[in-house]
Amino acid sequence: MALTDTERRGTGLAPVPRRPVTRRRQFTGRTALTLFLFMVPAIAFVGMFTYYPLANGISMAFRNYNLNDLSDTSWVGLKNFSTLLHDEMFRGTVKNSVIWVAGSLIPQFLIGFTMALWLRRKFRFRGTYQALVFFPWAVSGFLIGILFRWMFNGEFGVVNDLLMKTHLISTPVPWLADAKYAMFAVIIANVWYGVTFFAIMILAALQSVPEELYEASAIDGAGKVRTLFSITIPAIRTTLALTVLLRVIWIFNSPELIFGMTGGGPANETHIVTSYMIQVTQEGDYGRASAMGVMVVFVLMLFAVFYLLSIRPRKAMR
Amino acid sequence: MIRDYSTGGRIARFAGLGLCLLITIFPLYWILVTSFKEPGTIFAYPLKYWPSDWSLANYQGLFEQSNFAVFLGNSLLVSFVAAAFATVISLLAAYVLARFEFVSKGAVMGAFLVTQMIPGFIALGSLYILMTKLYLVDNRWGLILVYVAVSIPLCTVMLRGFFENVPASLEEAAMVDGCSRLSALFRVLVPVMTPGIAASFIFNFVNCWNELFLSVTLMNSDSNKTVPAALNGFISSYNIDWGSMSAAAVLSIVPTMVLFAFASRYIVEGLTAGAVKE
Repeated sequence: MALTDTERRGTGLAPVPRRPVTRRRQFTGRTALTLFLFMVPAIAFVGMFTYYPLANGISMAFRNYNLNDLSDTSWVGLKNFSTLLHDEMFRGTVKNSVIWVAGSLIPQFLIGFTMALWLRRKFRFRGTYQALVFFPWAVSGFLIGILFRWMFNGEFGVVNDLLMKTHLISTPVPWLADAKYAMFAVIIANVWYGVTFFAIMILAALQSVPEELYEASAIDGAGKVRTLFSITIPAIRTTLALTVLLRVIWIFNSPELIFGMTGGGPANETHIVTSYMIQVTQEGDYGRASAMGVMVVFVLMLFAVFYLLSIRPRKAMR
Repeated sequence: MIRDYSTGGRIARFAGLGLCLLITIFPLYWILVTSFKEPGTIFAYPLKYWPSDWSLANYQGLFEQSNFAVFLGNSLLVSFVAAAFATVISLLAAYVLARFEFVSKGAVMGAFLVTQMIPGFIALGSLYILMTKLYLVDNRWGLILVYVAVSIPLCTVMLRGFFENVPASLEEAAMVDGCSRLSALFRVLVPVMTPGIAASFIFNFVNCWNELFLSVTLMNSDSNKTVPAALNGFISSYNIDWGSMSAAAVLSIVPTMVLFAFASRYIVEGLTAGAVKE
């Protein structure tokens, strides 16, 4: 809602009413039937092509289900899970996932926050500026991966060229061929891709902070840093927390960029759990792939619950 | 107004914003420039930041060496039809979810939102099996059905946000004048909400246009592949032809960027209104 209101404030349109104009009323017979029919297609589609395969996928996690040998699809309990936990490669992808999420999230957050603070004050062409930096959002992670694969190319890549021209490096770096650098390069690309999302969400939140708070803090003689930590951050804490939560889940679940940029290589050094899961799916071992999926959902849910619990008490304190 | 920056602070701020813009635009500029270089110049050293020999050779090569026109056509058909169906279906659902209270409303909204949290490709394997049973593997209409289903949840949430900005008295007046609910919806509400509906359609279209894993899994013959799946094929081949690849990348990015430029404002509005509501 925040963005809607503030954007309208700028254009001189009437503000959107705070309370949605929903009528809570009874409806019977014909109306009820019509409304039911309105809902049926949406529910049917999502049920058939999302929830049914999902339930089936979860059941596969506990079965021996390999497309290359469907003669025995019996229930095997937790076997798929224990196979994975003993799989060196899987354990490597867990470690990589943590590096990938933390390494992408922290810079995205810091740069996005800074951009949002810079964009808070109105200036000429702010709208155009926002539209321009918003562009990466229209491009799929997979294509971003291809773009950066070309830029980080060891021989003809523009990144090496620029770094050598500015004398930051003296010889070309084989970014994507060397395990030492590959994860770093992939993370750089992902930071580039995700900064805008943070900037937009935080900007929307910033614009809902009442101006009086800033006036009061200015009268009290608070400096910039003090204002940031005592006024701005507490006021938008909830949005910050939710944005971070959604981003962690999203980054974890988005292996497209990795697919486009390195395909998980070199030597699986950039494979994260979800990209490995897709590879295993494509190889046909649905049981093992599903077990990975179940673990991903389980861990993310646990994370979400703990995370939400940990930010709650502070919210109550203010 | 927020406190005034000092002149130095202001210069620093605009320098920072300028740098961010430069970094955002550069990769897109670079792939564009690469796509217009002579195949020889792409691998020439030193790198050319502004080519002297603009050429369409890469585009020509792309269309001659692959079925790229077919891939583009498939992507257009699949994305357009899926986005249109998903928008209409979501519009009906969003109307009900925005205007009425009923017992299972929370459950429906919850079920839609949860689909955004879990990795959709957990279901990739079993979806493939389902589609095999329906004889819809390697079939563009099969992919369309799946894309419709994938697009509905978020589109519904977005449209619901737009509906809540329109007073209910509008369609009630139309119904008093004798319109049925459906015709009130399409004759009165839809015209008022055109920008939001267009943005939702574009959002769906761009998402379908960009989708990779479902397309790779469900489509295997060359005549049915969409653009992302075809690009994935180019990557898997041992040596990437970077000239054709950049031409293909540009062709697949430009349409979505143009559409997005028109609708991004409403898309952000719809997403924040629908999702960040108390």
